[in-house]
Amino acid sequence: MKKDTTGFWYVVKSLLSGLRLTWSHFRKANKRRTPEYVSDANYFKQDDGLVTLKYPYEAIPVPDNGRYRLHNEIDDCIVCDLCAKICPVNCITIDSVKATEDIGTTSDGTKKRLYAPTFDIDMAKCCYCGLCTTVCPTDCLTMTPVYDFSEVDIKNMVYHFTDLSPEQAEEKKQLFAKQQEEMAAAKAAALAARKKG
Amino acid sequence: MPYLWGNKIIVMLAFLLTLGALLGVVIVLAYAERKVAAFMQDRMGPTEAGPQGSLQVMADVLKLLQKEDIIPAAADKKLFKLAPILIFAAVFAGFAVIPFAPSLVPAGIGIGVFYLLAVVSLDVVGLLMAGWGSNNKYAMLGAMRSVAQIVSYEIPAGLAILSAVMVCQSLDFQEISYQQGALMNQFPGMEYDMNWLFGIRELGINTTTIGGITTWNIFRAPILLVSFVIYFIASLAESNRAPFDIPEAESELVAGFHVEYSGFRFAVLFLAEYSMMVLVCLVAVILFLGSWNTPLPNIGPVALAYWTSGTVGELSGILWGIFWLLSKTFILLFLQLQLRWTYPRLRADQLMHLCWKVLTPVALAVVLVAGIWRMLMI
Repeated sequence: MKKDTTGFWYVVKSLLSGLRLTWSHFRKANKRRTPEYVSDANYFKQDDGLVTLKYPYEAIPVPDNGRYRLHNEIDDCIVCDLCAKICPVNCITIDSVKATEDIGTTSDGTKKRLYAPTFDIDMAKCCYCGLCTTVCPTDCLTMTPVYDFSEVDIKNMVYHFTDLSPEQAEEKKQLFAKQQEEMAAAKAAALAARKKG
Repeated sequence: MPYLWGNKIIVMLAFLLTLGALLGVVIVLAYAERKVAAFMQDRMGPTEAGPQGSLQVMADVLKLLQKEDIIPAAADKKLFKLAPILIFAAVFAGFAVIPFAPSLVPAGIGIGVFYLLAVVSLDVVGLLMAGWGSNNKYAMLGAMRSVAQIVSYEIPAGLAILSAVMVCQSLDFQEISYQQGALMNQFPGMEYDMNWLFGIRELGINTTTIGGITTWNIFRAPILLVSFVIYFIASLAESNRAPFDIPEAESELVAGFHVEYSGFRFAVLFLAEYSMMVLVCLVAVILFLGSWNTPLPNIGPVALAYWTSGTVGELSGILWGIFWLLSKTFILLFLQLQLRWTYPRLRADQLMHLCWKVLTPVALAVVLVAGIWRMLMI
């Protein structure tokens, strides 16, 4: 049987049911959704209450394998340049200087042979593909869960990861050049001595 | 002439007090509007300015006051400048006859109801001035729609008020208020009047000293319940509230007649709009819902009505009166807000259909029945 959808009392009833609906939402306004990750058992069970997320004060957790801001742990970096080579948008700039002395090992035991006077990542160029993190042999280049890092000045989007000051970098360069010179001189001397002999 | 001067000072004081109270109520209302809207839509509303965003309205007002006063080059400058003042003055003048408590009424004139209807109608002139003065076709269209709507709905509203006036046999708001409670016999000229349950003397149940909700106009003459509904619907349309907000449908148009206004002038228009909401709710409460009378009746020795009314002419009477009047007004205002977030906007033809083909005939019939009911009461 078709429901009667005309007439005075039907209209009154439908008007009242509308008021009931808004009133029930108003009454439940003391409850709020909790910011939980989608895998949480409670995620789909919060049918009523306010849905607003007060963002800067609270945030929904991001997935563990999410791809957000890059971070380079420079102490573990062997300055192999693989990340810069695979980057499809060329956002990583690396300069390297060969070390003249033993500069230790990374946390996974790889020997470090290079200094990095420049290790810059331009986050404004970055396309968040994550290729650099997969090629990194020492796992020092990782993606963090940070996604809110907008800047007023775009220059601040370039992140500098080097642990050398410009003076230190210059000093290392000089040392390496000097060592090269000494080695060249020693080589020349050895050559001259062989010719004589 | 010291007497006259004293009188003027009292008048000024009443003016300032009413204005201050009105500003306070409007600020609460504007904040409530945003919070209620948010809660009904599962949002949070303002949260940043002050605790729970309670200072948001203050911040908005301060912003409006600081803005540049822009008058369009092509506008009729005199009309444009005068319109907001006229609109607010017309609405504010209506508050002069509102009784806030048994002994507290700014101007207790005998033809208060008539005066209120007349002075609030001036609002329409202000709307036309604003729309025409802006020299903007959208403002003009908005103003014409507003005016058409307000003028149309004044008829059912006026008829609904007329039925209440017929039952009360008075145009004095204060007299109407006294009739609706246990304090009735304390009003000069009504010492021997009596209230009967549902206004039917034949039932033989005298409610004069019972008071409370049993003597409210909607119980004193239950037909006034219908007039109350008609008046409430018409008052929504008169104050351009949803679901009758076609003239300034926020989600579809920019603003209606006040599209060219900004800064202080806009603030005045905004104030007038919210004052109008408060005024129509006050009138509904006074005429139909027992005015400043308590809803609690005297039950035998438990004199709830007397306990919650205070003494006429003393501070307790004034405070109880204001408390009950404002509580009922705020309930109606809340209902106005809830309606806004519940019902979809009417189309222009539906609006006029409702007014002329539904409300006006029903209101006419109610006037007739109210006249007959009055005969049962004596």
